[in-house]
Amino acid sequence: MQRPSLLPIRGLPLLNAYGPVKYGGVYTVTLIPGDGVGAEITDSVKEIFEHVNAPIEWEQYNVSGLTSAGESLFQQAMDSMKRNRVGLKGILFTPIEAASHNSWNVAMRQQLDIYASVVLCKSLRGVPTRHSNVDFAIIRENTEGEYSGLEHQSFPGVVESLKVSTRAKAERISRFAFDFALKNGRKKVTCVHKANIMKLGDGLFLRTFREVAEEYKSSGIEFNDMIVDNTSMQLVAKPTQFDVMVMPNLYGAIVSNIGAALVGGPGIVPGCNIGREYALFEPGARHVANDIMGTNKANPAAMILSATMMLRHLGLDGIADSIATATYDVINSGSVKTADMGGNATTTDFTAAVIKNL
Amino acid sequence: MLAFRSSASLKLSQAAFTRRGLATAAPTAAFAGKKGPNGKYTVTLIPGDGIGPEISESVKAIYTAAKVPIQWEEVSVTPILKDGKTVIPDDAIASVKKNTVALKGPLATPIGKGHVSLNLTLRRTFNLFANVRPCASIKGFKTPYDDVNTVLIRENTEGEYSGIEHEVVDGVVQSIKLITWEASERVARYAFNYAKDNGRDRVTAVHKANIMKMSDGLFLSACRQVSKDFPDIRYDEDLLDRVCLKVTTDPRPYNDRVMVMPNLYGDILSDMCAGLIGGLGLTPSGNIGKDASIFEAVHGSAPDIAGKGLANPTALLLSSMMMLRHMNLYDYAAKIENAALTTIAEGKAITGDLGGKASTKEYTDAIIKKLA
Repeated sequence: MQRPSLLPIRGLPLLNAYGPVKYGGVYTVTLIPGDGVGAEITDSVKEIFEHVNAPIEWEQYNVSGLTSAGESLFQQAMDSMKRNRVGLKGILFTPIEAASHNSWNVAMRQQLDIYASVVLCKSLRGVPTRHSNVDFAIIRENTEGEYSGLEHQSFPGVVESLKVSTRAKAERISRFAFDFALKNGRKKVTCVHKANIMKLGDGLFLRTFREVAEEYKSSGIEFNDMIVDNTSMQLVAKPTQFDVMVMPNLYGAIVSNIGAALVGGPGIVPGCNIGREYALFEPGARHVANDIMGTNKANPAAMILSATMMLRHLGLDGIADSIATATYDVINSGSVKTADMGGNATTTDFTAAVIKNL
Repeated sequence: MLAFRSSASLKLSQAAFTRRGLATAAPTAAFAGKKGPNGKYTVTLIPGDGIGPEISESVKAIYTAAKVPIQWEEVSVTPILKDGKTVIPDDAIASVKKNTVALKGPLATPIGKGHVSLNLTLRRTFNLFANVRPCASIKGFKTPYDDVNTVLIRENTEGEYSGIEHEVVDGVVQSIKLITWEASERVARYAFNYAKDNGRDRVTAVHKANIMKMSDGLFLSACRQVSKDFPDIRYDEDLLDRVCLKVTTDPRPYNDRVMVMPNLYGDILSDMCAGLIGGLGLTPSGNIGKDASIFEAVHGSAPDIAGKGLANPTALLLSSMMMLRHMNLYDYAAKIENAALTTIAEGKAITGDLGGKASTKEYTDAIIKKLA
């Protein structure tokens, strides 16, 4: 049976000189389960990988962002990432208190320069939602913008937060989006921005996007742009108009969460962060989900699918396809549904079902 | 014990501001207008461009029929050239200043450089610090979401819209998001008062303080401070990401509360909520200020159907209901709102954008008939 690729993530930058670390046919991959439900859903991945005998050896770091005490373990995890160049990760909690540590999730993206976040939002038969036939990819700039971390209090009660926008980063993310569209048979790239208000910052992003688009004109890929508030409105009303979307950092956080909600929630939306040297795979909608932590209720699909993206990235397409197919079969058959899909199956039930389908 | 770090000084200065904030805290921008000798309040009406005049006529006709004690003072805000700059005509500003309440139709955005944004100018001139955006499902207009009833209050004067930007070197731009205690406290106080006045028992501050710890952190501490003055209203905080996810998944849990947030988040989320119920043609908006309050339709001026008598006046009409409630004319608001919503729910005289065939006038007349 010809099955259309459910995980249309082909043509990620090829690993060459910066290839992953492989000894005796086994890849070493850094694993950071993260806070909240991270441990449960990465256990699910480990179990499935074990079952198919995937040539992956994990270097696991149980970093927690709940306190700043994990700083040195976080550093070790970063060193491991730099050695292995490939990682699988849950979400680390980030405290909001002024004195607390900066987001380690963001620190990883910035320090490893994994500049492109890819999030795939696609309606699945087995997941009842309000909208159908949603199928778009969000390409989000991951390393600058509102997440610069540059803030200061110029006078008591007056705080400035810097959003940094650069042409170089706007250009490479725009190129990434068009390359992604080309290699995955997508038709249109939409630039999401707020250049009517942030005329210089988002203006630079939009201008650069248009310049890059010119270079891809012969490929026949359409392009347009949309203001972020209108985009949010269009997403909840007519989501099928979107194909590939490219945007600065903060809008990516907003759009990927709206997108996740449209197709059934963070439990089924995979994602990854790609740079020139490193690749880090994590669920597309980045939630810690402390509320259901340790209850065996989390849907591991997003993490499993992110892990299959990682396998593809390592060139292990065969295993990737079989795991992805098994996972989608479980979701679409509707036989084993976790709470977010309207059922009461546990994380372990779901994992067992995937394994049974392999 | 506070560790001696930069954050400590931030906390201390916030404490200082807290005290000052409390001492000077005005109640919110409550309506203080007086009736004229003819027993009517005067309200400035800015019909606007495109379909603006038609939908304004519709509102006027309905108000006349409902015998609302309001007389309109129509002004134009079409910019004029003054000392080489485009500005809003003085008499428009004077009218709004005098009446302290205005109803405004859509304005066309002038194309070309050098124009100041009219909306921005109005916001600055009258210190319109809070933008109130309720979104309620309209019976008779089906969307994938039912029973939406959200209220969002957006800080309107600073944040990402500070307009402070510069190019440091070629290809590197810094845009400054400005958050002040004063503006945060003011909008938070308005949000709590709004919740109290409108029977909502919860205020949720929406933020991204895990990333922007100082700026959004300052916004949150202002909200927390204000929440202490409202013991009957529950207060909580939620991350922007989670709110986007939760509202899009199921907006109903948000029916009991008021969301308050900085400028950009409010801009995006208010339009997202509008999308849930069918778009900007059905959502009202109010800009609350210290010196005046302006209620407006936030949709475009639709030049393609202007003058054809096809436009849907609902957004402007619902905005004027917010205005009536702001002026404490609750009974009139309830009566007109009921007539309008019943007309839409019946579906017999609705305009093209809602899937009907009625003209603006037929829709207006249908509402008027229900008022009797």
